[in-house]
Amino acid sequence: MTLSKIWVYAEATDGNVSNTTLELLTKARELAGTVEAVFGGDGASVAATLGEYGATTVHATGDLGGVLAGVPVAAAIAAAVAGGAAPDAILFGTSYDGRDVAGRLSVALDRTVITNNVDLEEDGGALVCTEPVFGGATLVKTKFTGAGPNLVLVRPKSFSAEPSGGAPAAIEALAVPDTGAAGAARVTNRFVEERSGPSLDDAAIVVAGGRGLGESDKFELVEDLAKLLGAAPGASRAIVDAGWVPYSYQVGQTGKVVKPTVYIAAGISGATQHMVGMKGSKNIIAVNKDSEAPIFGVADLGIVGDVHKVLPALIEALKSRS
Amino acid sequence: MNIVVCAKQIPDPAEPGALDPQTKTLKRDGKLILDESDMYGVEMALQLAEAAGGGEVTLVSMAPDNKVDGLRSGLAMGAAKAVLVSDPALAGTDALGTAKVLAAAIGKVDGAQLVLTATESSDGYTGTVPEQIAAILGMPSITFAKSIEVRDGTVYVKRQTDAGYDEVECPLPCVVSVTAGVVEPRYPSFKGIMAAKSKPLDQLTLADTGVDAGSVGWGGGGQEIVGIEDAPAREAGEIFEDDGSGVDKIVAYLENLKIV
Ligand SMILES: Cc1cc2nc3c(=O)[nH]c(=O)nc-3n(C[C@H](O)[C@H](O)[C@H](O)COP(=O)(O)OP(=O)(O)OC[C@H]3O[C@@H](n4cnc5c(N)ncnc54)[C@H](O)[C@@H]3O)c2cc1C
Ligand SMILES: Nc1ncnc2c1ncn2[C@@H]1O[C@H](COP(=O)(O)O)[C@@H](O)[C@H]1O
Repeated sequence: MTLSKIWVYAEATDGNVSNTTLELLTKARELAGTVEAVFGGDGASVAATLGEYGATTVHATGDLGGVLAGVPVAAAIAAAVAGGAAPDAILFGTSYDGRDVAGRLSVALDRTVITNNVDLEEDGGALVCTEPVFGGATLVKTKFTGAGPNLVLVRPKSFSAEPSGGAPAAIEALAVPDTGAAGAARVTNRFVEERSGPSLDDAAIVVAGGRGLGESDKFELVEDLAKLLGAAPGASRAIVDAGWVPYSYQVGQTGKVVKPTVYIAAGISGATQHMVGMKGSKNIIAVNKDSEAPIFGVADLGIVGDVHKVLPALIEALKSRS
Repeated sequence: MNIVVCAKQIPDPAEPGALDPQTKTLKRDGKLILDESDMYGVEMALQLAEAAGGGEVTLVSMAPDNKVDGLRSGLAMGAAKAVLVSDPALAGTDALGTAKVLAAAIGKVDGAQLVLTATESSDGYTGTVPEQIAAILGMPSITFAKSIEVRDGTVYVKRQTDAGYDEVECPLPCVVSVTAGVVEPRYPSFKGIMAAKSKPLDQLTLADTGVDAGSVGWGGGGQEIVGIEDAPAREAGEIFEDDGSGVDKIVAYLENLKIV
């Protein structure tokens, strides 16, 4: 048995559809007979990619003119649902806008949202969601019992994205009703923080540093090593909050979820909120001077040692080989 | 400018968490503390009220068993008063029900121009409550604020994005959720701690809020926990004490993966 129809909330930057959107479309194809996308922007810029990953239609609002997506997109979906369009479920990625739209929509439809999911399955016509707790050590499964559409927030990288080879999605206009004062939050400027090398999202290797580096300057060790390995540098929240590196470096519950081939954790203790963002890595190497550090519980290779000795030696060893 | 801060009281995250075998949710029977994530909201509110030339900061919380220790911490930092909603019927309430209760409590605070929350709580981390509160109150909202300024009835926010940040503006009244690090929370002074003991703390029941009992509690959410499993454990790896050869172990491991 499958569900009949699923909508996926699609996100894109400059016409590039987010990986999370593609992951959700891929999973939705497995769960439902019909998969469609909802997009807060110009449908023409994303229809081809969405179609290639299985969306037959994209319901698009058109350009939002800088208004934050939560209010107008939720109002548009709610109006469509009230007008008879009733998908069994709407899937959102756990992202800035994804949470906003899902939260607003849950009030408009008076439906619960099940959050932080890493897996979805169908059981007797009902959607069952899996959420990891305690840093991923325990999995909780929750089933929707109320009327649809079921609202689901899914963590990035929960599924792999595979194209279906579908034709471009048909574009359907999704009308945004008047939202009054609620729709008044507007973006006036965008700032991009420069970073070099591969992005944390796509890198096959991630080298991440934590408070064990001791001081801000020592993050250079992480950056040098990352450069030599063609890796993306990452960080624990402790050093992001301390202002050593920008938030975009953060791995974990409130940061990025990464699943590289190799994750090197240097001077990171392995708090549950960090592990939930990197436990899915294929190979984990940890360097920490405390043999009791929880990070060793998930490491494939653990070195109980000083990052100030091991990292410089590793950098030298790699340099002498190239 | 009067400001409301949502202040969640949670089990100490430093203590190992446990699921209640009966209800299958996080145990909350011990002492509750102010969620660290909400300390940023309290500090931000105090600073914004001061910058605006005055105004009251009110804390709003929903918690079991009339727990107030976390609220006292926020009052000790300098908030003027607090509203707590506590009712046995609220056990098991989902994020939407929580938002209904909090929005009703916020509605009872006189002239609240700005509502601050954290982007997500440390124990529940649904990250949906702020937007749900705003939707119920019919207010605009800006989530993921890494800085906030208020000038002439407009709030100016730097909103965290994947690439960097966006400058976002919005007229008051509105809801803003703040990230960790938006400001440095102060430590309560001894005087603040003493003063907190006599600050007004309103206690409301579910009936006082006017929220429909059918939309809160275990039955309110339209969901049911159907299973709890241990995640598949990772196979134990090899751990070595570094005697100078740690670097060779790492190089060999990377060679084996054909990375170097
Ligand atoms: C709601 C919430 C969300 C959170 N989200 C995240 C998140 O997304 N990502 C995240 O990372 N954290 C998150 N945290 C924070 C998390 O709980 C930890 O505080 C944080 O991960 C710790 O960072 P750390 O490992 O760098 O620092 P610490 O825990 O201080 O660990 C430093 C480690 O370095 C080791 N060390 C010290 N000196 C050396 C040396 N010379 N050589 C080798 N090792 C050394 C120490 O033994 C220690 O294990 C969150 C917390 C909360 C409450
Ligand atoms: N029970 C509560 N009492 C007070 N504030 C809350 C409560 N639940 C959520 N909040 C606020 O909403 C934010 C997001 O919570 P959550 O959606 O659970 O991640 C929290 O950080 C608080 O600021």
